[in-house]
Amino acid sequence: MSMNRRDFLKIAGISTAAGIGGTALASGLKKGVLEAAQTAPNTEALAGKRWGIAIDMSKLKSDESIKRITEACHRIHNVPDFSNTKDEVKWIWTETFEHSFPGQEHKFMPEDMKHKPFLLLCNHCDKPACVRVCPTKATFKRSDGIVMQDMHRCIGCRFCMAACPFGARSFNYKDPRLAKNLQEYMNPEFPTRTIGVVEKCTFCYERLSKGLKPACVDESNGALVFGDLDDPASEIRKILASKHTIRRKPELGTEPNIFYIIGGNDYAVVPEIK
Amino acid sequence: MKIYNGGKILLGLIVFAALFASPFYLNMGKVSAKPELKIDTPEIQKLKDKKCVEPKEFMRAEHMQVLNNWRDAVVRDGDRNQIIISGQKYDKSLQNGCMKCHSNKKDFCDKCHNYVAVKPYCWDCHIAPKENKS
Repeated sequence: MSMNRRDFLKIAGISTAAGIGGTALASGLKKGVLEAAQTAPNTEALAGKRWGIAIDMSKLKSDESIKRITEACHRIHNVPDFSNTKDEVKWIWTETFEHSFPGQEHKFMPEDMKHKPFLLLCNHCDKPACVRVCPTKATFKRSDGIVMQDMHRCIGCRFCMAACPFGARSFNYKDPRLAKNLQEYMNPEFPTRTIGVVEKCTFCYERLSKGLKPACVDESNGALVFGDLDDPASEIRKILASKHTIRRKPELGTEPNIFYIIGGNDYAVVPEIK
Repeated sequence: MKIYNGGKILLGLIVFAALFASPFYLNMGKVSAKPELKIDTPEIQKLKDKKCVEPKEFMRAEHMQVLNNWRDAVVRDGDRNQIIISGQKYDKSLQNGCMKCHSNKKDFCDKCHNYVAVKPYCWDCHIAPKENKS
């Protein structure tokens, strides 16, 4: 069969139009069949663009209050306790000043400051190193500033652990459900993790979505102030504007969002200068 | 044509064929019962309108896709909008959604999964509801 150019273009045009129209029609029909159910927008959730916490060390006085905070976090998030440092999994923990703020200690600093336990957790950095190195995007930055972990995607390569300068991430060397504390009690509203994944603090994203503040903040009796750093009217911004605060390893440029109010000394023994 | 060691080879072949086909003739005539799922948990019986988030046939075939979409919505996009079915609100969650009604994992999830020999790893992390052994 011979065909001139004019006929060929006509047939080509008609079949293209039919093809596009046909698929559009078919997919349109299909959509109608699988119409999603009605949804109720979640209005309870706390909204923010850059969540952060200011920790007032002068208000964190007793070991009990620190223990109450860490235990509340670990209990509701089913964090296993293997009672040895090698298998340790921690979302919130304590360290000395020297180890929390390396390079800032000196031998003349107050004795109590040297030995005070500083409350540490994931800094939910603005420029998180862990997110940059994750090969599967299992860890990622949410639009509200939370550095999240998608446990379904984590392959346990531990690049993020190597990248994080704050030691905020823990690897599950053992099946967490074998831990004694989890065999006694598991929060049925929250999953555990499985062997071979990395986990860390999630800023209680599941509580934020219900309009609750993170568990550590609720348990701290006001020592921890949680808020949106992007909102100039927020309580945390007022605190940061009025008090001198320091962050962990700011020189690394990851822009941590946990601030520490160190001061609060009573200057009782300042020697008189003659 | 002569086969060297023909007897041994033939015997070997017969034994091989018999072993290889054993699953077929051992199970011949036996009909393994179709899994019957129980959807009569106390939680479901309390519901006025006993409806899942999608029709039964769709859920039977596509529940894994539904769960995948929910996971992506909740974990990755932070979208926790609840699903309303006949005025009842449901969380997009396996642990706090599905299993709140289908509190019988053994008679609901496991029956089918065992029948078709799939081992989903949901329960490595997600906590199944406590079941009363009856």
